[in-house]
Amino acid sequence: MRTRMWRPMPMHVLRRSLFVVVGCAVLATAGFVHGTAFAAEEAAGGKLGADWKTQHADTDVANNASLQRGARNFSNYCLGCHSLKYERWSRMAQDLEIPEPLLQKDLMPPGDKPAQYILTSMPAADAEAWFGKTPPDLSLMARARGKDYLYQFLTTFYVDPTRQTGANNLRLPATAMPHVLSELEGLKRAVYKKEEKRGEDGKVITEQVFDHFEQIAPGRLSTADYASFVRDTVNFLDYVGEPTQQARRALGVWVVLFLLVFTWLAWLMKKEYWKDVH
Amino acid sequence: MASNNGPAAGAPLAGNLPKRKGFMGWLNKRMPVDEFIAEQLTGYYAPKNFNIWYFFGSLALVVLVMQLLTGIFLTMFYKPGELTSFDSVEFIMREVSHGWLIRYLHSTGASAFFIVVYLHMFRALLYGSYKPPRELLWLLGMLVYLALMAEAFMGYVLPWGNMSFWGAQVIVNLFGTIPAIGPPLVEWIRGDYGIADATLNRFFALHVVALPLGILLLVMLHLVALRTTGSNNPDGIEIKEKLGPNGKPLDGIPFHPYYTVKDVVGVGVFFILFAIIVFFVPTFGGLFLEGPNFDPANPMSTPEHIAPVWYFTPFYAILRAVPDQRLGALLMGLAVVSFFFLPWLDRSPVKSMRYRGWVSKTMLTLFAVSFIALGYLGLQPAEGIYVLWARIFGVIYFLYFWAMPFYSRASVDPVKQVPQRVVFNAH
Repeated sequence: MRTRMWRPMPMHVLRRSLFVVVGCAVLATAGFVHGTAFAAEEAAGGKLGADWKTQHADTDVANNASLQRGARNFSNYCLGCHSLKYERWSRMAQDLEIPEPLLQKDLMPPGDKPAQYILTSMPAADAEAWFGKTPPDLSLMARARGKDYLYQFLTTFYVDPTRQTGANNLRLPATAMPHVLSELEGLKRAVYKKEEKRGEDGKVITEQVFDHFEQIAPGRLSTADYASFVRDTVNFLDYVGEPTQQARRALGVWVVLFLLVFTWLAWLMKKEYWKDVH
Repeated sequence: MASNNGPAAGAPLAGNLPKRKGFMGWLNKRMPVDEFIAEQLTGYYAPKNFNIWYFFGSLALVVLVMQLLTGIFLTMFYKPGELTSFDSVEFIMREVSHGWLIRYLHSTGASAFFIVVYLHMFRALLYGSYKPPRELLWLLGMLVYLALMAEAFMGYVLPWGNMSFWGAQVIVNLFGTIPAIGPPLVEWIRGDYGIADATLNRFFALHVVALPLGILLLVMLHLVALRTTGSNNPDGIEIKEKLGPNGKPLDGIPFHPYYTVKDVVGVGVFFILFAIIVFFVPTFGGLFLEGPNFDPANPMSTPEHIAPVWYFTPFYAILRAVPDQRLGALLMGLAVVSFFFLPWLDRSPVKSMRYRGWVSKTMLTLFAVSFIALGYLGLQPAEGIYVLWARIFGVIYFLYFWAMPFYSRASVDPVKQVPQRVVFNAH
């Protein structure tokens, strides 16, 4: 880690956290009782979020425009807290074909140099004080958890007044992360249904299980646009997880083609030699 | 019959070799180069009826060389140490020119090594290659396998991911189940009170120096023993017992060129499959490189399921199938060690499955199924139905070995007449 001067909690982090907390307080009272105070944006053909466990990231790491958007999203929304400590700005710009002036102007924090690694300016000690734990480095998150996990994580935040951040998550219950994307997605509340279940002692117990989400405050993006926002971001993290993956596949085609020709020739040679064996 | 121009088997080879002039003549006076080639390659007669199962010996050698070469390059950039290991592996993956390729060749090579070795061992079970006169050949091979397991286990710790850490924790703690000396032994292995920097550094030393040297020595002895007894073959017939008028086995052909050109084809096919994995699915869906190992080692956070890499899971499933940890560790050890006893457990008068009855064939099939099933079960959480199945397959696994003295007898499992000469259809 580079040594940095102490900085206060970045304004955008603070703003977003406040937005969530205040939003919860207001909407938990208004929204929870009446439910449909705001027009819920239901996913086509079903209840919002009901099928979250089977949602796939469906990313394409060869889609450079998507990766560039993902880099923008990361820089705007993630970098405040999370680092990509194994990726250099210049490497990212080179792989994603982002011209350096644009990189410096739009993506990099002022003062950073392109050869530096992509590091958050939030001091780890403060982060721990604010969130209870240091936000993890995201360089390898897509490899460690998988793309679908990240997609499901970023699409299943919901309002939960019992949490300190005002938000909870289906993929990672009791997550320490606030819903930093709430200004884009808006706010959802979880709707539960009762389900009867036979416990281990044979008794029937009734459990509250998640059924679907209800949109209680609109965000700047529609449900579909938010999904593609998350998809681009996950795609970018997939790239960062293994920046060489496209070069790997490209080289692999030639290696396999060479080996096919080589093996065919070797087989012809074997046949020729083995003619004398009776 | 092959045109046999090589020297007679058993005859002093050096005398029959043409006198060479120039550099090779100079060299041969000082080192038996031509003699060695004649003895080991052109004059070594191998049975002509080898089938697909006989590719895996040469493939194991090829993979060994590949692991040594890629390992050398990895060592140039890898930095052992609990603060440096994980970062240096990512440095190799991202910033070293083609470092990703070297690393994937090595990580995929580890799994490929076990695939090849397991198939090589299955061939021995199928054709009775461990039976006299090849008991020592079999034992040396098993020692290579043991050394390989230690090598792979320690190599897996080196990236210092979270699964490296917790895997090492589980495996090293198994030694703690040994009565009396267990706990101090574990401390001695770790060099600390927990899996720590000292453990990582000694595993590095063993992985890159001690064990590779041991494996090379054992492989050499394995080959010496092979050249002494000669290869077995799918019919389990000793070709040395049927010599032609020129003193060479009637059913043999010179290893070089016939099996060298054939093995090159095998190597080509192997590398096609290998390259497809390396370049297109290097993690192999989490089997060759596990997801949790992309999290750095963290003593405070245990992965949801601790599972070793697939090649150890058959034994891991046996370990977890037993409620008592000490007994489990003992049975796991026995599952590996049982292989050593095969030459003395097998009482069949014939070697090859081709000429055995249905009892032996069924037992071998059940064993193979159990091994694969246990491998699958070792990857699943140790609960409910998985444990039950692990127990069932575990029993079958041990029955294959320890019931063999009974079911392999000709009185229980009648054998067929073994032909005088090998079965070979020229293509």
